[in-house]
Formats: sequence, structure tokens, C-alpha cells
Amino acid sequence: MDNSIRKTQNISRKKSFLQKMAGNWDLVFFVLPGIIITTIYHYLPIYGIQIAFRNFKIKRGIWGSPWVGLDNFARFFRSANAWPIISNTLILSLYSLAAGFPVAIILALMLNSFRHKRYRRVIQAVTYAPHFISTVVMSGMLILFLSPRLGVINTIIRASGAESINFMGKSDYWRHIYVWSGVWQSMGWSSVIYFAALSGVSPEYHEAAIVDGATKFQRVLNIDLPFLAPTITMLLILNMGSILSIGFEKAYALQNPLNLGVSEIISTYVYKVGITNRDQSFSTAINLFNSVVNAVLLLTVNALSRRISENSLL
Amino acid sequence: MERNHIGRSRGDVIFDGIILVVLTVIFLLVAYPLYFVIISSFSDPIAVAGGKVVLAPIGFTLDGYKEVFGTNTVMRSFANSLLYTFVGVCINLMVTLPTSYALSRPDFVLRKPVLVFYLITMFIGGGMIPTYLVVRDTGLLNTMWALVIPGALGTFNMIVARTFYTTNIPLELMEAAKLDGCGNTRFFFNIVLPLSGAITAIMVLYYGVGHWNSYFSALIYISDRDKWPLQMELRNILLLNAINAQVNRVLTAEQLREKERLEALAEMMKYSLIIISSIPVLVIYPFVQKHFVKGVMIGSIKG
Repeated sequence: MDNSIRKTQNISRKKSFLQKMAGNWDLVFFVLPGIIITTIYHYLPIYGIQIAFRNFKIKRGIWGSPWVGLDNFARFFRSANAWPIISNTLILSLYSLAAGFPVAIILALMLNSFRHKRYRRVIQAVTYAPHFISTVVMSGMLILFLSPRLGVINTIIRASGAESINFMGKSDYWRHIYVWSGVWQSMGWSSVIYFAALSGVSPEYHEAAIVDGATKFQRVLNIDLPFLAPTITMLLILNMGSILSIGFEKAYALQNPLNLGVSEIISTYVYKVGITNRDQSFSTAINLFNSVVNAVLLLTVNALSRRISENSLL
Repeated sequence: MERNHIGRSRGDVIFDGIILVVLTVIFLLVAYPLYFVIISSFSDPIAVAGGKVVLAPIGFTLDGYKEVFGTNTVMRSFANSLLYTFVGVCINLMVTLPTSYALSRPDFVLRKPVLVFYLITMFIGGGMIPTYLVVRDTGLLNTMWALVIPGALGTFNMIVARTFYTTNIPLELMEAAKLDGCGNTRFFFNIVLPLSGAITAIMVLYYGVGHWNSYFSALIYISDRDKWPLQMELRNILLLNAINAQVNRVLTAEQLREKERLEALAEMMKYSLIIISSIPVLVIYPFVQKHFVKGVMIGSIKG
């Protein structure tokens, strides 16, 4: 198959652009619907980012609204909300990454060296399942379990003689609840990619190591884990690139007035300012700041990783 | 397994034991909350709140389910979600699969530019408000189309399908068909699609679960409650009421008892609601688990 691809490529290189086009003109219609929809709903909004630099009024439209330069950005950074929201976003994101990332790798390594194949399949099926629970249901379950009077967790706490805790109403607990429920929901699914990669480890390495007297634990540490390094680097870079774009849905679902001090993050703030308060320019400015930071982070981590480990994404 | 004939060293036995224990703990940690929701949905709400329901339902009852089925808003939104998911997935397939196939063909001249066109979308976007304005200006606001058209093609899914076509549809097949006078369109519908059922299934599932579970688009674009998808209605019941329940007012003893009874019933209805809303996914999950995983693997090859 490889040969035939090379052959067609060689042949097609010899033909002119128009000739090639003529042979496959109908493939253009295959890609046309997607291009039209993506242009309208993805590229057109990029063009609309300019309202971040204008004082946008719906009645006047994008073009009729006056330019205000960086006023919207200045307003954000001068507001008392800016730093708490940025730090909330960073903390939540880094905490999620620090907790979820290693767990998925360790789970994959354990599953890979697990001896009971049938039981392993059961464990995999069960740990993947929460991935398919919707954010609303996941948050609903948390609120049900943690409810101060009727929740199971507090019933247990009361039975042990302590006072019940209003988990969702206390800022101290909110981040832990958010992050560890996220780990619970995604560890199985996130481990799939590592587990799949581990099937590529050649058994010869293990056989050789066994002959040299390596224990199973040593083999996991010195054969399996290094084998995963490229995959880990790639996913780490991707995750770092979206460090400030941590999802809207779950944070918004778990918010209530009592925990807003830690649960207000950039995306929920963008939503409230833009959709609820209809301050579209201000909202877009914050969103743009967010995207720029993400892009810079992605490129920085990518460059660092290229220098350190020779694994990079771009 | 690999050393049965030699026997495992003592360290390895301990290592295997630790893994067995840790994985069993993980298994229980994940499975029990799910199991608990199921048994609670069939149990007397007072017993659930009292922490008595542990291993099996106590005071078996279907009241929670009756309550859910008796709530019109829930049933209507359930029907809405079924419709949105069906229409959404159809549109997703009609847009994604042909694009993926065309981009899998090395002899398609526009392959590179179109690929770059989509890769850019993974890194740059307009953000919430500019996208909202476009959706509004194209007249989709407050219609089903706002939920299904803007995301008609997910770049990640498209690349997964493209990788599948590249590795599974031999070019020789296309060349042979061409000699027989078969054009690209006919080839795609009569040969590629029937040969790639697996990837079509993966796409149906990825997109389907996405539509069924999302509430963000509806939150922004759908203001009529008649048109709400299930997740919005769930949000109303599971999340917003939960906050109201925390407001404490001064009540007489009788009011308090009545309030507690209603609250307990409401709590129970929530468990039943979680089960009912998960039914479509639960029903297909055992059949498709393999496909889901396969999709991740195809995606990872590309990375």
C-alpha cells in the first residue's frame, strides 16, 4: 500500500494543477458544506473579535460602533474582579491538571501490568462509564450526595458525632470537590490513550529485563514509563495550551452565591458579562485576553519541551 | 503470565497484590456511587436521607419515577433532546464524513489548504459573544438549528475519521473503480460507506453523546422553555432547586414536616431523573464501548 501511495504521488506531481483538479473536481463538493458552515460560524466570529476594541451597541452594529482602543482591557484589569478571576482560573486549572494527569498515567500502567485479564476488562468498562455522564448530572449527583441535611455524606458525618458540613456553600471545599470529582469522572477515559500506547511496548524488552533479574516494578518504571514519554509530553503540551480555558459547563453548574469567591472563573465571567449583562465588548475583550494567554502558553511549553526532550507538537 | 514456568519472585507477588488491591479500590470508588444512585431511585426517600440504603433498595417504591413521568416539562424536554440529537447527528455525519474522506485522498489537490483551514480552528476562535452575534444574525437564535449547525463539523472527529479512511480504504480500490467508470460520489456512497461501518458508528456515538449531554449552547441560544433540551430542564431541577433548598425560613412544626416530606420526594425524584436521563447512553454503552475506545486509539495514532 505504501508503494502505491508513493506511486500515485509521483504520478500526480507530474501533472499540472488543472489536470489534477479536473480528475477530482467532485471532491470539492465533499468539503464544501463543512467549509461554508465553518467559515460562517467559526471564521466570521474571529472577525467579530474587533468589538473588543469598540464600544459595541447592538443597534449600531459592528461597523457603526465607535473605536475605543484598549479601554475595555484597561477596564477589566483595573476592576477588582480581574485578579481573583484570573487566579481562580489558574489555580483550578493547574490543580485539575496536577491531580488528573498523573492518575490517568498510573491507572494505565497498573492496568497494563494487571494479571487478571477478565477482571481488567470489567474495571476498564466501569472506569470509562462516568465519562459519559453529562456535566449537569455529575454536578447534580455531587449536590445530592453533599447536601447538608439530606445528603448521604453528611448523614455519615452526623452519625460519627460531628456537625454536618455545607460542602457546596463553603469556599474551602469547592476546588477539591471540583477537581476530585473531575478525576473520578475522567481518569478511566484519560487512561485509554496511555493504555493503547503501552500495547506498543515490545515484549523483548521485558524478556531481556527478566533475564537480567529485574522485578516487575522495576520493569514498569524503566520500560513502560519511558515508553510513554512522547505521549505524555504531547498531552501535557495540549493541556498547558488550554490552561486558561478550563470548561465553562461544570464550574457554572457548581456555582452558587456562597462559593463565588473561588468558583468564578474567566469563562463563567465572560458569560455573565456578555450574555446576562449584555456588555458585549467588555466580555469579548476578556475572552480575547484569555485566548492570547492560551496561545502564548502553548507556544512556550512547546518550545521548552522541544529543547528539553526533543518531543514537540508543532 | 510470562513467568509461569519459573514462578514469580517474592517482590513480584507483592507488586501484583498491591495492584490488585489498588485497582479494586478504584473499581469500587467508581462503581459504588453509580450503583448508589440506582438503588436510591427505587428506595423510600426517608431511608435514603437517613443513610440506611447501602447495598439494596429499602422500602421499594416507584414514586420517584412516577413523579418524573408526571412532570410534563421533563417529558417534553426529553422528546426535544431525542429530536435534537437525531437531527444533530445526521447533520454531523453529512458534513464530517465526506470532508474526512476527501481529505484522506492524497490525489485531492485542495487537501493541504483545507486541512490547514480546519487545523487553525483548533487554535483560534471568536469566543462566546462574537459567535453569539453571528448565530443571532443568521436567524438561528431560539431555534433547534442553533444547537446543531454551528458545530456541524468537529475538527477532532473529522481527523479521527480521516485517519480511519487513510488506513482502511486502499487506493487500489479507488483506481479499480475509476477504471470501471465509477466517480468519486458513487464510490463514496456505494463502497466507502459500506466498508467503514466502524468509523460511522464511532462518529454517531461521539457526536450523539455530545448532543445529548450538552447544555451550554441551549443556555445561550434557547430562551423558550418549550424548546429546552433535557439537560436544561435537569439543570433547573438538579442544580437550581438545590440552592433554594438551602434557604432557611422560620416554619411551624407541621409546615416543617410537610416541607421535609416534599423535599424528600424531590430528592428522590432527582435520583430517578438521573437514571432516566442516562437511559439512552446506558442502553448503547455496553454495545459500543469497544468502538469508543477504538476512536481514541485512532485519534492517538495521528497525534
